[in-house]
Amino acid sequence: MKNAISLFLRTMIARAYPRIIGMRRQPSWVIHEAILPILSVAAFAYVYRAMKAPEEYVGFVILGGAMTAFWLNVLWSMGAQLYWERSSGNLEIYIMAPGSMMAVLAGMALGGMVLTFVRASVIMGVGILMFQVPFAPTSWSLLIGVFLLTLLALYGLGMMFASVFLLWGREAWHIVNLLQEPVFLMTGMNFPLKILPTAVASAAAIIPLTAGMDALRQLLFGVEGFWPVWIEALLLAGLSVLFIALAARLLAYLERLASKEGRLTVKWQ
Amino acid sequence: MGSMGTASAIRTENLSRSYRRPKKAKAADGSPAGDLIALDGVSLDIREGELFGLLGPNGAGKTTLIKILTTLLAPTGGRGWVDGLDVVTQAKLVRPRINMVSGGESCGYGVLNVRENLWLFAQIYGVSNAVARERIDRMLDVVGLADKASTKVSHLSTGQRQKMNFCRGFITDPKVLFLDEPTLGLDVNAARAIRKFVREWLAERPDRTLLLTTHYMSEADELCDRLAIIDHGKMLACDTPGALKKQVQEHPLFEIGIAPGEVPVKIAHLPGVHQATEHAGPTSMTLKVSLSEESAIGQVVQAIVEAKARILSLKKVEPTLEDVFIELVGHGIEDVAK
Repeated sequence: MKNAISLFLRTMIARAYPRIIGMRRQPSWVIHEAILPILSVAAFAYVYRAMKAPEEYVGFVILGGAMTAFWLNVLWSMGAQLYWERSSGNLEIYIMAPGSMMAVLAGMALGGMVLTFVRASVIMGVGILMFQVPFAPTSWSLLIGVFLLTLLALYGLGMMFASVFLLWGREAWHIVNLLQEPVFLMTGMNFPLKILPTAVASAAAIIPLTAGMDALRQLLFGVEGFWPVWIEALLLAGLSVLFIALAARLLAYLERLASKEGRLTVKWQ
Repeated sequence: MGSMGTASAIRTENLSRSYRRPKKAKAADGSPAGDLIALDGVSLDIREGELFGLLGPNGAGKTTLIKILTTLLAPTGGRGWVDGLDVVTQAKLVRPRINMVSGGESCGYGVLNVRENLWLFAQIYGVSNAVARERIDRMLDVVGLADKASTKVSHLSTGQRQKMNFCRGFITDPKVLFLDEPTLGLDVNAARAIRKFVREWLAERPDRTLLLTTHYMSEADELCDRLAIIDHGKMLACDTPGALKKQVQEHPLFEIGIAPGEVPVKIAHLPGVHQATEHAGPTSMTLKVSLSEESAIGQVVQAIVEAKARILSLKKVEPTLEDVFIELVGHGIEDVAK
């Protein structure tokens, strides 16, 4: 048991390593991953200012900009990652190794979280400084707890995507594109969720960003949310368990199917 | 030859693998599609400590066999065991015991340097940092990559990446190692160093086993304790290189050098000729003729002279693995590769 846990942790940390170290070795990410998103955040912020919207709306946009970084990371660097790993020849090495594929996925998630946390912090920091957004967290511990739960659910979804996308092969690219923009709308990335019809907002609750951002806004700006924070926290915890369990099941199914059909050994399809 | 145990390190029993062709696809001869048979009832028994070679042209089924034994691919028939464990039902127990290196692989992360990549691949096998460091240093020395240890993989040449990949297979110290064309595309010195290391590695660890596939007959002859020749998914022969060569010794073998640009000579159907192959080199064409009886060489020479071709040399030669391969498969291994 001790050995199994040690192997899981070693595998997870090893797979997280290229992501984390890559940030230091490719500093150009600051331009396209932090500075460019700030421009789009600024555009929304100026629109709200011009409309004389409540000041916390600018804060919503900055928070949305930071969380967008996580969503894009989940889609592109988690969801599509196993597909790229297969193309580069790494996937069969991972499958053949004793370290579990769940540990590989957890490592991808950990690396992605650390990397994107730095990016999101830059967006938040610069946004807050630029627009002097007033925020007064009601509870730091609750804020951190909800944020971590949001990440857990979000990356759990990413782990699930990774398995499914591998099965779909080349179509994964189109599916990622299909998911990207509608989610910005459905989750109320740049506006209060309450504006959306109740049915749409409720349906969007399956995406962890929806409840996560709504709860974070309540805790950061003291505004009324779509649901109370505790319900959203519970929902996020439930989604985390659901997505991670589904990812494990799907991965096991996919591994069996791929081995049966020979898909793991086909680099491009 | 290393000291071999009596226990089976790898065993297969009627191992088969077929792929379903798409419905609209047709077979090569234009007939309606059936299943594509990649491996057809292969039975092998490789002993612990053995360096076993698989020889066969492209598409013969060598890689399919390795993929099954490394748990990446499920067989459609038969069974396979590695270190006594079933590769299908006990795949999770097989994996800590094995590793595989395929020539021409481009694995790894370009943003990491050579040492970091090897460390990563050691971690997924649970190798401790200290042991990994020690093995990585040794392996980088073996393949002559020590001076590139801190170079990002994205800056390596294809050959250097292949050397790194070769190191990856050994840093986990597997009980059974699968090397699929490990020296493919490497320069002569690197390939020689790798062959030398493979022998030393097995000598140091008599309980380790190595399954090697290669296109290079001399490599197979030099390294392997035993060889299996495989074609169209079927195993055609399995024995020591010496015993395999003895099988074709009953047919006297002659090598005839002919001046280039001469009229092609058709001798394969002459009486007394068992088999004939030709190889066009830059300065001459070489005919290799295997005869049913040695006296038939006279008719062969006469046929060449009558075809107005100029004989540059004629010598009786000892059979090589290439001749064994030609005898069994009907053509040279490179003929298919070409």
